[in-house]
Amino acid sequence: MSAKDAAKLVVDPGAVEEAAKLLYIRALKVLPDDIKQGFQRLNAGESDATARTVLATMIENIEVAERRDNLLCQDTGIPIYNVLIGRGVEIDGAALKAAIRRGVERATREHPLRSSVVHPITRVNEQTSCGALIPVINIDFTDRPCELRLEMIPKGSGSENGSFLRMAIPAEGVDAIKTFVVDRVIEAGGKVCPPTIVGVGVGGTSDLCVHLAKVAATRPLGSRCADPEGAKLERELTQAVNALGIGPQGLGGDSTAFAVHVELAATHITMNPVAVNIQCHSARRASATFTPEGVEIGT
Amino acid sequence: MHHDFTMPIGEAEARALEVGDTVTLGGTLYGIRDATLIHMFDKGRRTRLDLKGHAVIHTAPNVKKVPGSNENPAGYAAVCVGTTTSARMERFTRPLMTREGVRIIIGKGGMGPGTLAAFKELGGAYLAIIGGAAALETTWIESIEDVDLDDLNPESLWKFRVKGFGPLLVAMDSHGGSMYDRVNKAAADRRAAALAAIGVKG
Repeated sequence: MSAKDAAKLVVDPGAVEEAAKLLYIRALKVLPDDIKQGFQRLNAGESDATARTVLATMIENIEVAERRDNLLCQDTGIPIYNVLIGRGVEIDGAALKAAIRRGVERATREHPLRSSVVHPITRVNEQTSCGALIPVINIDFTDRPCELRLEMIPKGSGSENGSFLRMAIPAEGVDAIKTFVVDRVIEAGGKVCPPTIVGVGVGGTSDLCVHLAKVAATRPLGSRCADPEGAKLERELTQAVNALGIGPQGLGGDSTAFAVHVELAATHITMNPVAVNIQCHSARRASATFTPEGVEIGT
Repeated sequence: MHHDFTMPIGEAEARALEVGDTVTLGGTLYGIRDATLIHMFDKGRRTRLDLKGHAVIHTAPNVKKVPGSNENPAGYAAVCVGTTTSARMERFTRPLMTREGVRIIIGKGGMGPGTLAAFKELGGAYLAIIGGAAALETTWIESIEDVDLDDLNPESLWKFRVKGFGPLLVAMDSHGGSMYDRVNKAAADRRAAALAAIGVKG
């Protein structure tokens, strides 16, 4: 076997199907540590008595879900899978997508989970959590050798309905971005189940801008935008939205958002797009990393 | 003030609730949401279940099909029962009260001026439950007693038997009080200062 052959990872679609099923269920039951720590941080800094009661109930719910092996939230969401394929990985792409879909169907039937997915016009629910183009599967590539990462995000609808795009113009500057984010957080109020992660996409095309907002909303707490201007905007907007007094569940308080996250892309000389996508406090995600050593499950 | 209600209740009990009070429910609780209400009020379907004086919660639970028994008379066991965002169901509050006699709505995120006006005129209240705290909420459900309009599953009309369901916060009452209005007004008042503090020129 040549050195080139040794640097390969062959991924079996059957293993992807198992992982896709396991990750959907795990994501619905166990919150990532960064989100749990985010709750402790908000609770320690909250000045409003009602808000502290609300946060305490949310923290209790995380414990009850783990103790009783139950779902954190009834909303099984829209299943999203982010696939990151490293160098030297061999996988049949079409088989990979089919395997993820089968994993979603099996999780729904075998656990069982509520199928939250319907045809957009007939509203018929196939009871599989699947439908046209659902689950959402995003595929990207990385330099890392011999690694395939599968991240699962069950995106709840209460916060997904808090999604907005504005094609601002260059003359409105960065003020248009800041104002848009603050106004959408006010508009969303308690409907998006605060405390939230407010995802902001800046730049790109309209579709890329909205996608970046989702990437930002589903990033771990504590992570920063790689661009220094984006990171500065994150700090400013986190301060601004938490000065509004909306609070957990929109019942008042300091803890409106765990954080505002920003992702950005270059844009056109005539454009200044900004998008908002909100992640509720049940900021669920789970991942499986395939390497030559095996499969590691985490967040 | 705290109230313990065994459902159903009458108009006087609903009108006694004030924003800031807490309520714990026992007995029957009905689960409804988007498709249930669209079919009941837009598509002319009726339910055989009696909602008069009852509370409805905006939900669509995770359930498991099981053989019918005394414990699971409807053939369903609750897996995870939580609460969805109420605002989408705003236009159905009044018909729920006038046609079906509902007194209490339980949900998350609050409702609008139409709901507040219906509460004032007809005698009702909105109780805020903590959205996303479904694992905890499920421990307050004793059983699924009945189900109607089940072709809409999971958006069926569910009849739950509950015990110690709460404490829930009265967030909208029959006296024109709404915690959401108060918070929204405060946020609007703070908006300019919040933006100015991060360099936005008014």
